[in-house]
Amino acid sequence: MIETDIIIIGAGPVGLFTVFEAGLIKLRCHLIDALPQPGGQLSEIYPKKPIYDIPGYPSVLAGDLIDNLMEQIAPFKPGFTLGERAEYIEKQDDGRYVVTTNRGTVHVAPVIAIAGGLGCFEPRKPDLDRLTDFEDHGVDYIIKDPEKFRDKKIVIAGGGDSALDWTIFLADVASEVTLVHRRQAFRGALDSVEKVKNLAEAGRVDLRTLSEVTTLRGDSELSGVSVTDLKTEEVNEIEADYYIPLFGLSPKLGPIKDWGLNLNKESISVDTFDYSTNVPGIYAIGDINDYPGKLRLILCGFHEATLMVQSAYKVIHPEKNLVLKYTTVSGVSGFEG
Amino acid sequence: MKDMITIHVEDLNGTVHTVEAPTDMGLSLMEAMKANELPVKAMCGGMAMCASCNIILQSDHELPEMGEDEEAMLDEAMVLDVPNSRLSCQIPVTENLDGLRVKLGYLTDPEA
Repeated sequence: MIETDIIIIGAGPVGLFTVFEAGLIKLRCHLIDALPQPGGQLSEIYPKKPIYDIPGYPSVLAGDLIDNLMEQIAPFKPGFTLGERAEYIEKQDDGRYVVTTNRGTVHVAPVIAIAGGLGCFEPRKPDLDRLTDFEDHGVDYIIKDPEKFRDKKIVIAGGGDSALDWTIFLADVASEVTLVHRRQAFRGALDSVEKVKNLAEAGRVDLRTLSEVTTLRGDSELSGVSVTDLKTEEVNEIEADYYIPLFGLSPKLGPIKDWGLNLNKESISVDTFDYSTNVPGIYAIGDINDYPGKLRLILCGFHEATLMVQSAYKVIHPEKNLVLKYTTVSGVSGFEG
Repeated sequence: MKDMITIHVEDLNGTVHTVEAPTDMGLSLMEAMKANELPVKAMCGGMAMCASCNIILQSDHELPEMGEDEEAMLDEAMVLDVPNSRLSCQIPVTENLDGLRVKLGYLTDPEA
């Protein structure tokens, strides 16, 4: 069981910055995110896109903004539960909340901050017979622990950055890597495309473009896939311990709608005084919330996080008064352990 | 020059919404639909990096040619093979699109 002051659901930029503002007033945070890495959309969808409306940065790449936020919050030693989706919220007798993930990890805190963006990212799944039967039995949509693939035969499908990056990475880990892509051209960073082509030429990756995985084989565990050449319609059987379709992720509101919070369409209604929801102790900040005049901008989410933690402090320490301290005066003193 | 055009959008329930869009504000079709509060998820905000503004062209208007990013994204989202499938964020609202008829693709569903 993980105990903290604030459970932050969603490790995008707004969730991450919440750790900083909470840390300044000595509150500890733990983040939960369905993705295996922090950063939300910025890491998953557009890491190489420049953002121009972060105050003080004429231009910053989305991925760099996340790296900088991680550095900024490091002194406050946040905890992370990554690659798991926050599924259930219950209130304990002592007034604290219990957040349980789809993998059964239990978190307890007096305050929850939902910084869930547009919901939790779920993988886009190819239309293949028996696909769901093989989930966790040879079919993976996100890679949490690459060591799992050591000395295994793996087949990756997709043409974006994650398919390319994992092909490059796993070429050194797995015994055999096959990359299957429906098109000739890849939609990823040019140097990654180049690396994959070099690996293919060196015989370390079996690159099959204009091809598609069409059948999954195996008893209870995956043992192989059929790859169809889309031009010649020739079918090749490939042995595979793992099939990893990487066709991108798309966010869904998911369990958030079952938590008894007032919603306006797919957003959580909040009071702009402190971004509290209708449930005391549960706040919603960033793209997931809604109020009159709401703008879905990262910089607005930072502001919301800052005000929110002040209110959270009063929930956590009702007997204490809080004095606003400036970092220019007090600096940043993190947590010891 | 016409500075407002009319667009007909069929939503996922089959209801057709007729909306007006200005041609002088540099809007994309996706933005014009959102400005009229049509139910378009359009998650990435117009970068051709998701496919949740996918539409299917219903009229015979000539749309600008599909760029490489758009084509790859439609393919990854498995809707490239749908005839006349496009990303509405990649279609600028221009005078020649007056009377355009489109249908929202299933990926636009905010719940999808």
